[in-house]
Amino acid sequence: MISYADACRVLNDSRDEAVCVTTMTQTKYWYQVSQEPDLDIGISNAMSKASSVALGVALGDPDRSVLCLDSDGSLLMNFGSLATIAGMAPKNLSHVVFNNGIYSVTGGQPLPTAGVEYAKAAEACGYAATYRFDDVKSLDSALPDILSSPGPVLIEIIVKPEPQAEGVDQTWESNAKMPLQLRAMRKRLTGLDDWGPGGPYL
Amino acid sequence: MSHYVTLPDSETAHMYAALMAEPSITLVPVSREGEAIPVAAGLFVAGQNPVISIQNAGLYEAGDALRGLALGIGLPLVMFIGYRGHNRKGDTPDSAAAFLEPFLHMWRVENFVVESDDDLDRVPLAFELAAKTNQPVAVAIGTEYAKESGAGE
Repeated sequence: MISYADACRVLNDSRDEAVCVTTMTQTKYWYQVSQEPDLDIGISNAMSKASSVALGVALGDPDRSVLCLDSDGSLLMNFGSLATIAGMAPKNLSHVVFNNGIYSVTGGQPLPTAGVEYAKAAEACGYAATYRFDDVKSLDSALPDILSSPGPVLIEIIVKPEPQAEGVDQTWESNAKMPLQLRAMRKRLTGLDDWGPGGPYL
Repeated sequence: MSHYVTLPDSETAHMYAALMAEPSITLVPVSREGEAIPVAAGLFVAGQNPVISIQNAGLYEAGDALRGLALGIGLPLVMFIGYRGHNRKGDTPDSAAAFLEPFLHMWRVENFVVESDDDLDRVPLAFELAAKTNQPVAVAIGTEYAKESGAGE
């Protein structure tokens, strides 16, 4: 098994200037290593939708690589997105699934079934390539080639579970982070600073 | 409009056919309606101008995405909603229709209903309102309009 911290570290080493759409436990570790905050979105306030947001960015900016750091529980809630992504076939999308078999943020309850192989599911849907790693050395050495190959690719990473005893507080500030990140990213990707305030948080 | 993010329904099938004939618009078919708003949000962040088109029954499934990634982020998005079960007499037996306008009202989503060609001037109003308010705006496409256009048969 791979720790979240190690997985995020090696992914960041191979990131270059890719957009990163992340969710759940890995978000915390990603923010510790990312050096491109304007290219990061943490999907903290729209359950399970990281893969769909990442698909939109990938289709909208086909010259930019897009990384999605998804979770097994999140992907199960949005499983159809595998077929949607395969159908659109964005060459610039790498879909990473952190597989720990539990719902970490709610205390570690098991998923409906622990035996889902997300790489096989993505392959069956028609992803260009799929991979599964449970040791960090193999992941680290393979990532540069994988991330530079045509997508969509799915990289399943077997991670050490980190159940959170305290759960997650949704606060006004935490909910306001996502709209701010999205505006910063639009500005970075397009050069446009034209997305004004809207919604309850801005 | 750059991208048409949709899960087809009977009420908007005529729009699907017409928009697919327009080469400048990219079709993004989704597997479930809850994906449509997040995909549109990603496209908008990347500088595109998407719309979504889903049925009212699918909008209910997409509730959390509407909350978090449209209302919550202030996304200027026009959402075409197939108004399944709606009729001009107002005596629908279909709960998908009966709940639509109360649902949109409860979620504070401005909306327009298109029941005939006479209502088409509401569509540009929806785009203007979405852009002005940085909020999603719904355009509900009535069942009878679909039938009159030949698409719902």
